[in-house]
Amino acid sequence: MMNPENYLILSALLFAIGAVGVLVRRNALVAFMCVELMLNACNLAFVAGSHITGVLDGQVVAFFVMVVAAAEVVVGLAIIVSIYKTRRSTSVDDANLLKL
Amino acid sequence: MSSNLMLLEMAAPVLEWRALAPVLLLFGAACLGILVEAVLPRAYRFLAQLVLVAVSVVFAMAFLVLNVLSAYGGPVAMGSLMLDGPTYFMWAALLVFGALALMVFSERRLNGGATAFAASAASVPGSRDEAEASAARHEHTEVYPLVLFALAGMMVFLASSDLLVMFVALEVFSLPLYLLSGMARRRRLLSQEAALKYFLLGAFSSAFFLFGTAMLFVVTGALDLHAIHDAVAGTTTERGLVFIGLALLSVGLLFKVGIVPFHSWTPDVYMGAPTPVTGFMAIATKLAAVGATMRVFYVALDGERWTWQPLLAILAVLTMVIGVVGALTQADIKRLLAYSSIAHAGFILTAIVGASQIVPAGQATSAASVMFYLVAYGFATIGAFALVTMVRNAAGEENGLEAWAGLGRKNPWVAGLFSLFMLSFAGIPLTGGFIGKWAVFTAAWRGGYWWLVVVAVLVSIVAAYLYLRVIAVMFAAEPAQGTFVGHASGWTWVPVAIGAVATVWMGLLPDQVMQWAAMAGGFLR
Repeated sequence: MMNPENYLILSALLFAIGAVGVLVRRNALVAFMCVELMLNACNLAFVAGSHITGVLDGQVVAFFVMVVAAAEVVVGLAIIVSIYKTRRSTSVDDANLLKL
Repeated sequence: MSSNLMLLEMAAPVLEWRALAPVLLLFGAACLGILVEAVLPRAYRFLAQLVLVAVSVVFAMAFLVLNVLSAYGGPVAMGSLMLDGPTYFMWAALLVFGALALMVFSERRLNGGATAFAASAASVPGSRDEAEASAARHEHTEVYPLVLFALAGMMVFLASSDLLVMFVALEVFSLPLYLLSGMARRRRLLSQEAALKYFLLGAFSSAFFLFGTAMLFVVTGALDLHAIHDAVAGTTTERGLVFIGLALLSVGLLFKVGIVPFHSWTPDVYMGAPTPVTGFMAIATKLAAVGATMRVFYVALDGERWTWQPLLAILAVLTMVIGVVGALTQADIKRLLAYSSIAHAGFILTAIVGASQIVPAGQATSAASVMFYLVAYGFATIGAFALVTMVRNAAGEENGLEAWAGLGRKNPWVAGLFSLFMLSFAGIPLTGGFIGKWAVFTAAWRGGYWWLVVVAVLVSIVAAYLYLRVIAVMFAAEPAQGTFVGHASGWTWVPVAIGAVATVWMGLLPDQVMQWAAMAGGFLR
């Protein structure tokens, strides 16, 4: 059995990769996928935490987070698709009308 | 294996229906509203939605008052919600502001018989689809259920004493707001862009909130604030992980409040979103987020006060200064109000930092002063944004500050009332804003943060210049060509009137609201 704390380190790494991805990638879809990666990193941490502490709540949280993430996809894709249909681009750099 | 099977025998959760009625009514009405969209013909939807909204909000308020009068509260829904004084006070405020905002949503006369929302939000701006939808006078009556979902989510958010419930509520109220931001009838590119920015940054920040929750769960094995409080007090070995968790959790909360350095979404979203939606977001989101922030900091992190107070004090200074300096350079009235809302978040934060929870009789705690401030700010905000929808040019709403020049000569009523709200924002005596500022600064002072109060007073002097400049533009400058005040119906005028009356009332006779806020007491653990 692997040390469960390694899963926490993995989840922190995944979270960091996701966070950096949101900041670095210019495509709104990819940035959004990075957010999803962050949420899944949270899931991994919850499940690992559940294993470490012996409290089942963490596994239940993972289910809730999956549902929330799915709802977020519905809204997010709707917004990104509407922007794409308007501008033929999903780059977050092109969305630059709102300025000082 | 057998022990796992034992766990499957789950008891049904106990729900206190009467205590939860305000939230459940709004959720139920929102679900019915979605059904209305699917079932009824277009012609009847607007009326049906209005009836649903009115009935649900009135009954929610009735249950709320009933529960308060019979002192019915405490932890409900298996301890995941805490119905204490602040919860009830802020629920009532949310219902009032939500109702006023929804009235502004219903305004059609200003726009030539159409609401401020796109005829078909899914159509490409400038396309034939859009023109056809506009010509057919289609409208999105889905905005009403969306607002109800958002309102109910906010109510759960500020009442939750369990981080999982808080996270779900955060998403429940955020997702409708992302959609509403993108639904403007005019300047749709800006609106869609605002929705995209709000969505990406909002999802980003809620991921931080969730990871913070995960870290706390790993250390404490608990999700409820009370257990986290005990664990934080007792832990010695995993202190680092606790602090990481708390920091990430605060990122998610402070983002929603609009505290620097997590404020950058505010100006863009406030400017791009349809003005009625901006008015709703400006007060309702802020109120819910401040409520949840206070709950987390006062209930779960009370023992760590010496750690977070200095940090939040620095953020408060940054927020006030950047909000005011940002607002000084704006040429767009909605952007200006957005920066001003950032500055107000800073003023509110001073009282939260003060954290004076035990006070002599007859004086306001931090929570009470913040709640009073939010109500005073809320009435002025609802009124100000409703007035912004009235100032127009030939194409639609006119938000450029230079185009507002000389508005006082064209329509002294609109300019006069807008000035009243500006004076309240500035904190001039005889307005609710003054008493609010007085209350939060007193709370911060009593908490030992006198230097923060000095900074805040200095910043509010600069802020006063900012608001007086708007008034000067409206009354002293030569009237601008092409700007006029549209003829609004009661849907806009009633919220403006209520906002104005409440602003003056809270300035002249603040005792009643202050008493309610003080009666609400502190957050229960």
